[in-house]
Amino acid sequence: MPPQELAQKLQTQFGALIIALPEFREETTVSVADPERIADVCAFAKESLGCNFLLDITSVDDYGTEPRWTIVYELYGLGHHCRLRIKTQVNEESSELPTVSSIWRTADWHEREIYDLMGIRFRGHPDLRRIIMWEGYPYFPLRKDFPLVGKPTELPEVAFTRAAPLQGGPFVTSAGGKNTIEREPRARITEK
Amino acid sequence: MANRIEEIEFPEAAARASQAAAGMAAQTPQPPSEDDLQDFQGEKMVLNMGPSHPSTHGVLRLVLELDGEIISRATPDIGYLHRGDEKIAENMTYTQFIPYTDRLDYLAPLANNVAYTLAVEKLMDIEKLLTPRCQYIRVICCELARISAHLLGVGCFAMDVGALTVFLHTFTEREKIYNLCESLTGARFTTSYTRIGGLSRDLPDGWTEQCRQFLREVVVNLKEVEELLTRNRIWVDRTRDVGVLPREVAIDYGLTGPNLRGSGVDYDVRKAHPYLVYDQLKFDVPLGSVGDCYDRYLVRMEEMRQSVRIVHQCLDQLPGGPINIPDGKTVLPPKKKVLTSMEELIHQFILVTQGVNAPPGEVYHSAENPKGELGFYINSKGGGTPHRLKIRAPSFVNLSVLPHLLPGHMISDVPAILGSFDFVMGECDR
Repeated sequence: MPPQELAQKLQTQFGALIIALPEFREETTVSVADPERIADVCAFAKESLGCNFLLDITSVDDYGTEPRWTIVYELYGLGHHCRLRIKTQVNEESSELPTVSSIWRTADWHEREIYDLMGIRFRGHPDLRRIIMWEGYPYFPLRKDFPLVGKPTELPEVAFTRAAPLQGGPFVTSAGGKNTIEREPRARITEK
Repeated sequence: MANRIEEIEFPEAAARASQAAAGMAAQTPQPPSEDDLQDFQGEKMVLNMGPSHPSTHGVLRLVLELDGEIISRATPDIGYLHRGDEKIAENMTYTQFIPYTDRLDYLAPLANNVAYTLAVEKLMDIEKLLTPRCQYIRVICCELARISAHLLGVGCFAMDVGALTVFLHTFTEREKIYNLCESLTGARFTTSYTRIGGLSRDLPDGWTEQCRQFLREVVVNLKEVEELLTRNRIWVDRTRDVGVLPREVAIDYGLTGPNLRGSGVDYDVRKAHPYLVYDQLKFDVPLGSVGDCYDRYLVRMEEMRQSVRIVHQCLDQLPGGPINIPDGKTVLPPKKKVLTSMEELIHQFILVTQGVNAPPGEVYHSAENPKGELGFYINSKGGGTPHRLKIRAPSFVNLSVLPHLLPGHMISDVPAILGSFDFVMGECDR
């Protein structure tokens, strides 16, 4: 079963909810219009389309546009050896969507990571804690508005982070600035 | 010191007597009640294993809740090696990120380099333009990395359960691979060998003969390891039927690599979605039957032999010709031309300051790495830097099964199970 067929079957099952996106580099992607229905779509993909393997869940931050978040699911079927990408967009105001950890248990840690690094919550997740940063860390570092140099934080007597100015790179300078700070703004702490 | 008498304050005798009397009156000695005994028997102890425990291979912390010697709950705590690789990737050109991939699975940096550049090449749609020589050399790199990583995996696994000799044998061979890496790339660990559209340098003179020599030696070494372990009674007792992962559980938790194949699932990216020239090479994919630690060990041993077989084929078939795509807008032009020709100078300047010009779009590309499926999801808005680069790290996913797998096992099985999983925290925490 080619991946296009999987996308078509999703469309016949869910109708207008599924939007097929143009193929890029022979990869099939569909978009789910309503993030609240993502768990239903995934459950159908697993039960009826044989996508028994969840490779990955990713989040993308399109800072400055609304909806801000895109959640990307990479599905795979060990029976038919086809990959299918499902995307859904979540707006910043809610920053929440249903979990798929009851469908594939591997989603547990992927969703925790997204919550940890981007601050998107998964409703119904059994254990939505930070996974990479420590408990009580106040920021979401993978957001586009979090500076690359970091922000100072303190976990008294246990851990701390300091802003780490970039020394010598990366060399993506904006030309025409009068001084170094203007030409390489990310090399300095932009906000407190 | 022995004669020194410590001064201890005693309450006055009368006060002590009255306290004792009050105590006697308050609680006449009674046999322990049923509740007391139950509490005593089922008492749970919390044990922190790691983040710096020899068998955690880095900085994994396991919070184990123990009932006697039996684990009743296991909570892995990761993130001690988090460096924000994905954030860093969004802020530099595609080529600048190659050295960071060395530090993901730092036991197989060559394989990471290849997997990452393949993902970028897929985004740029130049995957099919790669020269044959480049593809063969990349496969050799991947398979040498696999042998190296598995030698360490098996060696440390054996050391964790008490067989130190194996570790010494496998590390001797690993040194030879590092020597090969050194003459190939100039570095033993942090290779940064691949470039988008090619390689940083060609094979040095006499390298293929050194490589063949190594392959002849490693086969002998593998046989020795096999003789030390496979029918060793202690080894078998420590690993057989320990940490059994049924097929369905392994799939549900998204395990990949030897851990998945140890459970009998026939999924190898090199076979299912062949990249480079894997579809022209002959090799078998070993599978386990039970999914215990012993099966995972056997799978790794056989994978090393298959890798030897692949490298032999590659060396036999190794074509000549250039190693880079002849496109100045993708690959750095030769230095000689940069200094003499205007066009090449411009290409050099643009590539170094702005990077390759990738089209907008998104791709997911995965490669069969020693630890499992290493995938890169690249979301591009066009230009030289990714908008989002997600690393699907096999170690991260493989470790997520521990809370399910460990409960019910003895605490002394933990080193065996962790050893058989062969994870790397550099990749897990990114």
